[in-house]
Amino acid sequence: MRRANVKFVLGGAIVVAALAWLGFVGFQESKSYYITVDEYFAMQEDLRGRTFKVAGDVIEGSIDRSGSALEFSIGQPGRSLRVRYVGRHTIPDTFRDGSKAVVEGKMTADGVFQASHIEAKCASKYEAEYARRST
Amino acid sequence: MSDFGEFCLLLALCLSVYALIAAPAGALRREHRIVRSAERAALAASACIALATVAMLYLLAADDFSVSHVANASSRDLPLHYKLAALWGAHDGSMLLWVFVTSVFSSIVILQNRFRHRDMMPHVVAVLMLNLSFFLALNLFLSNPFQQLVEVAADGSLQKFVPADGRGLNPLLQYWAMVIHPPVLYFGFIGFVVPFAFAMAALITRQPGEAWIRTTRRWSLVTWLFLGAGLILGAKWAYVVLGWGGYWAWDPVENSSLMPWLIGTAFLHSVIVQERRGMMKVWNVFLVLLMYLLGVFGTFLTRSGIVNSVHAFADSPLGGFFVAYMAAVACAGLFVILRRLPELRSDRPLDSFLSRESAFLFNNLIMVAACFSVLWGTMFPVLSEFVRGTKITVGPPYFNRVNIPIGLLMLLLMGVGPLFAWRRTSPSSLKKAFLWPASAAAAAAAVVLAAGVRNAYVAVCFPLCAFVAAGILEEFYKGARVWSRIQGENFAVALARLTVRNRRRYGGYIVHFGVVLMFVGLAGSAFNLEEKAQLRRGEEMKIGRYTLRLTDYREADRANYRAGTVTLVAFKEGGRLGELRPERRAYRTGEGQVTTEVALRSSPREDLYVVFAGVSGDGGAFEIHAFVNPLVWWLWFGAGVLVVGTILTLLPERRTAALLPLPAEAALVREAARLR
Repeated sequence: MRRANVKFVLGGAIVVAALAWLGFVGFQESKSYYITVDEYFAMQEDLRGRTFKVAGDVIEGSIDRSGSALEFSIGQPGRSLRVRYVGRHTIPDTFRDGSKAVVEGKMTADGVFQASHIEAKCASKYEAEYARRST
Repeated sequence: MSDFGEFCLLLALCLSVYALIAAPAGALRREHRIVRSAERAALAASACIALATVAMLYLLAADDFSVSHVANASSRDLPLHYKLAALWGAHDGSMLLWVFVTSVFSSIVILQNRFRHRDMMPHVVAVLMLNLSFFLALNLFLSNPFQQLVEVAADGSLQKFVPADGRGLNPLLQYWAMVIHPPVLYFGFIGFVVPFAFAMAALITRQPGEAWIRTTRRWSLVTWLFLGAGLILGAKWAYVVLGWGGYWAWDPVENSSLMPWLIGTAFLHSVIVQERRGMMKVWNVFLVLLMYLLGVFGTFLTRSGIVNSVHAFADSPLGGFFVAYMAAVACAGLFVILRRLPELRSDRPLDSFLSRESAFLFNNLIMVAACFSVLWGTMFPVLSEFVRGTKITVGPPYFNRVNIPIGLLMLLLMGVGPLFAWRRTSPSSLKKAFLWPASAAAAAAAVVLAAGVRNAYVAVCFPLCAFVAAGILEEFYKGARVWSRIQGENFAVALARLTVRNRRRYGGYIVHFGVVLMFVGLAGSAFNLEEKAQLRRGEEMKIGRYTLRLTDYREADRANYRAGTVTLVAFKEGGRLGELRPERRAYRTGEGQVTTEVALRSSPREDLYVVFAGVSGDGGAFEIHAFVNPLVWWLWFGAGVLVVGTILTLLPERRTAALLPLPAEAALVREAARLR
């Protein structure tokens, strides 16, 4: 192999290796499970102390903005998760009773999910498009 | 009218399938007339699709809510221009737009080449029609915007159902950048089919590589430009409308447009190597195949919702068809490339590590690495769900850790590439070339360190920007000096003439300069400030050098929403700057969605960005989020410079009989050699 080729392959390999290492570190830093409320109850033990994302519908009437942090519940009445949002970002405009929320954070010792990140989409019953087909 | 639209699409599908089969069949049997009939069928298909699009626009303008797409995307209270823009406001209509743009591009290619490349055209048409037929079939059978709404009546029969009003255009889309964002992006995504079609045709007909590269150079550039413009428009929209203070979140939809753009950037550079040195021929056809597949993949990712929802893997039938199509095209493309591999192989090796070819190779390497890292991060949730049953997502830290260093490497290569010579750079010319850029970099490094910057990436970024900028400015200066000396013109005129006469080269430098400015803008984000406060009338908050005092709150009814506006007076270090009026808008149609209108005060040094997050407590306090984002202005300005530079390189080179009389030309060459 010509010297130029060897230098190029070597240089390229070093760059790729460095990037792969950075990627690995970044991956470990930011990976989180993305599950539903029901799956959370099934996986509780595995998730202790870990950051994860959980999706569920905001339960009607559960939103409480009276304290210093926003609190609400997601899931179904009876199988729900109490969430406290402590993140710095503005609460999305789409967040309200019935909307699909996705929160990312950790479970705390007192049984409340502490969310650092929150996303919300319009409630699914409004999302269904007008598309009733004839068979 | 909706039946007419549907019929047009069906007819178009039949015509495009005919063209798909007839074109290569005609080439095989050497029947010129069959090939021509295929081309005419393709043009007729485009005409039908145009009619269908006009039909849909008519239905939108006429508020015909019996048609599913109109009911989904439009509403009575929308101004006319938004009603028409609602064509791409929901899934089915946007598919129709996609098909329309695809057919227009295909027609342009056919018309441009009706007297040229007659040996390649049958295969070009075949690929174009395969592409069109696929998307037409999806549009017609899975995403039909012309569908009539029906409901089951009390007696069990199916009856026509006409809602009183439509769901309305998502208020987030009622902003100029978002109205043109999808069409602009579509031009970018869809355009890659043209270089792909020509590359395949050239391989099949055993043409030399240069034929298809030269023909498609402009198509590739224009496509890349539109994709880049679409990305910037999306970022601008995210910044101004979504109101979270930033412009890029590594969202799967954003990523799906970034990936083909990265490969497109690699491709635009590696074709230069093929043109100049006949190297990288195999690599370039692989890149072209990859670009096309990423374009199809991009629209698949956006439409199928496969990444964002928790369990979407098997939900959408659309997904299966896309995957099958991409797999089939990938196999066919690879088959063609491998069959022609012996003819593609060049025997020109890399002469030296310190050469321009080497710089281009590194550029390609890191662009592909960046694309792969983005693909991995975006698709990992789908992969993990497939393998383990639960989704695992990765966030911005992963993407930033890999891509920020790649961005800096790209800056470095942009700086050194033009300084290296083709084949081999001698040590003495290396020293001369590096002198000014390296000095500029050292000066910038000194300033950065003196300013106390701790962030390593920022500390490297600014000197690199200085390095590249100095190199570019030196190129312009040297060239203009030679020109003005020979021609006896003043410097400014020489500069303009030089640029205009060498559009490809100097346009490219302008593009690189634009990228440098964008990096300056990106680096500013390391110094972003953010503050939250609940203010009553008369109260103040501080952020950075600014003080904001809340003076008023008003509500008003407007066209299709109710607005709540907060007035804040901004002061900078004591001096009064002016008033800021962030808003919250509650839209009356749809689900009563609420949007925020950011109050933005932008200057080259920094942006003061204020969001009204809501009324709190007893209605007397207002939640305000304030951001200070330094240098963002340079991101938008740099993007503009990039666009101007690209347009310059696209303009056709003027062909004059004699650029300069011969003795002057010789003097020019001598002068240039002396200055090197």
